[in-house]
Amino acid sequence: MLKWIDSRLGAASLARKGLRKVFPDHWSFLLGEVALFCFVVLLATGVFLTLFYRPDSVPVEYQGPYGPLRGQEMSAAYESVMRLSFEVRAGLVMRQIHHWAALVFVASIVLHMGRVFFTGAFRRPREINWLVGIGLLLFAIGMGFTGYSLPDDLLSGTGLRIAYSAMLSIPFVGPYLSFLTFGGEFPTEGIISRLFVMHVMLLPGLLIGLITVHLALIVRQKHTQFRGAGRTERNVVGKPLWPSQTFRSLGLMLIVSGLLAMMGGLIQINPVWNFGPFDATIATAPSQPDWYVGWLEGGMRLFPPIEFTIFSTTFATVLWPGVVLPGIAFGTIALWPFIEKKVTGDEAEHHLLDRAREVPMRTAAGVAGIAFFAMLTIAGGNDVLAVTFKLPIEAVTWALRIGLFAVPLIAAFIAYKMCVELRSSQGHPFRRQRGVRLVRNAEGGFEES
Amino acid sequence: MRGVRRIAVSLGVSMLASVGLVIVYISGGQNQLEGLLLGLALGGMGFGITLWATELLVEPEKVEERAPLESSESDRKDAVEMSEEGQFTRRTLLTRMLGGAGATLAAALAIPALSLGPRPGQDLFKTKWTPGARVVDENGRFIRPGDISVEEIVTVFPENYVGSSDSQAVLVKVDSDLLQVAEGREDWVPQGCLAYSKICTHAGCPVGLYRSEDHQLLCPCHQSTFDVLQAGQAVFGPAIRALPQLPLEVDADGYLVAQSDFPEPVGPSFWNRTREA
Repeated sequence: MLKWIDSRLGAASLARKGLRKVFPDHWSFLLGEVALFCFVVLLATGVFLTLFYRPDSVPVEYQGPYGPLRGQEMSAAYESVMRLSFEVRAGLVMRQIHHWAALVFVASIVLHMGRVFFTGAFRRPREINWLVGIGLLLFAIGMGFTGYSLPDDLLSGTGLRIAYSAMLSIPFVGPYLSFLTFGGEFPTEGIISRLFVMHVMLLPGLLIGLITVHLALIVRQKHTQFRGAGRTERNVVGKPLWPSQTFRSLGLMLIVSGLLAMMGGLIQINPVWNFGPFDATIATAPSQPDWYVGWLEGGMRLFPPIEFTIFSTTFATVLWPGVVLPGIAFGTIALWPFIEKKVTGDEAEHHLLDRAREVPMRTAAGVAGIAFFAMLTIAGGNDVLAVTFKLPIEAVTWALRIGLFAVPLIAAFIAYKMCVELRSSQGHPFRRQRGVRLVRNAEGGFEES
Repeated sequence: MRGVRRIAVSLGVSMLASVGLVIVYISGGQNQLEGLLLGLALGGMGFGITLWATELLVEPEKVEERAPLESSESDRKDAVEMSEEGQFTRRTLLTRMLGGAGATLAAALAIPALSLGPRPGQDLFKTKWTPGARVVDENGRFIRPGDISVEEIVTVFPENYVGSSDSQAVLVKVDSDLLQVAEGREDWVPQGCLAYSKICTHAGCPVGLYRSEDHQLLCPCHQSTFDVLQAGQAVFGPAIRALPQLPLEVDADGYLVAQSDFPEPVGPSFWNRTREA
């Protein structure tokens, strides 16, 4: 059998080289793998869900087992999600695993991106793969957003409406663009089937394509490694693909899927039956999006009312937090390898990773960015904060507006100082050296240094 | 061989959980148990395999040389020469024509994307409110000024268009003494009945919450706040424009009707909203 394959494909010589391929070992290198395995879980559960979901906004009357909604009019899409959740055996657990996997998917991509950023793994020759990674992040967010909108419940409709308004606000092309995307003025009947096609066909196809490129580039360029004995810019030190890495990756994949399955079974998520079907005349407070959209929502809430009309062309207030802010944010992240190259003038190839403390400016910039996104995400729940701490919403909003600029600056300053301190003391932040260091002096004696 | 025992236990747990999963499924299914057992089945196997890798497959680290990524000078030259083999650079006119034809073809193929939606036309400027259209609630019932009490808030639509998204409005009745009627809107408010577009001028959410103590309409999406007593002006939050006010009057039968459509486009801003459509 093996001979049959080999005589047709020359598989043995490929395998001989491929299976010996060396991968450096470090826990943080597994974050990207976690994202990949989430994607596998998403595909598996997604296929199951697709077989029961009905991408149709035609109104139907609910007659299912969930009492509070019985007799209510709702879209066929929402009704099919209700049926999947209450009547299809193992349907709810599949739906919840899918949703949890989506949240962890984006989270692990972001953490992986943070690892690549803080270790400088994006430097030459890996700028292309950084850009591919940004594309993957954008498509993953697109997957999340379209998926969130498919159940056609009250919350998802609110998210869509805000996306529509942001698109509408783009000068000169906004009305045309949003009418082409949504098929008319919001809310449109056709939008559900469009989102469905995006979610189950276009975006997964793009993701699979880009993941393939992402991995192919890693194989071609070989993985980066941390500094250590025998590790240079000219070699890769680690465990071979077979059997060590294969077993570890397989094990990780099963553990990740297992955890997602437990979360899907035990932790409730997106109980659409509580939100009720979409109704264009209702929005509820508090309405919260999935975590990775929270910063956009926060931007919308914090941005002051600035809207002006020049030459009878209106620049809407949602334009800034809804279009300009994400444009600048993703633009800066995508172009970071080139920005850093401009600043440092470093054109050399790098295969050995930096430790965060060794590059205080980059680390400070990254920390500032994280703090900025964190503040915006917190602002996305300003109403929840106001209610929880019994403060007027106006005060919370103003405090967050100031914090949006103050906190990143302070965080960056602290990060910078810490890096400089750690770099000069050579100490590990958590693993402090025990004992004292003795230095031999000119007289032959020893003294503490 | 503690390692072997631990791996065996992990794989055994996985096997038992898989069997349990099938039993739970066949006997009617139970969401929490299914998730838990599936998690144990997958996780147990994953744990076993990972232990196998760390305990039994103890391999020394290997070193692989990193060949330079850049091609050699001669390879580069060859590649450039090969690309010249068709003599494309000499056929300037034809290569340019080929490029031009490709671009026009791409444009022609992109045109069907315009079928995806109608042209905006008047859609963003007009709603279903027309002069004399009766105000109805979500059940389609006509409303007299006397039907609602002071500080009550009702979501209303034009007659025959219940549920129309861009026409939705909030009807509020306020104490006439408190009201600061804007100039030119003196006869829009029969017996203290005011109607504003229910679509937030910020991002288009329905402005659904009414704080009667300070007569403010609040949008739950981004906390834009509008003053009902002062022509629907935005007083807090990211919205800047007032909610468009619907001119109301009472018809011969005593029901609330619209005098006309909203005087300006409703909902979030777009670039040509101040122009004639």
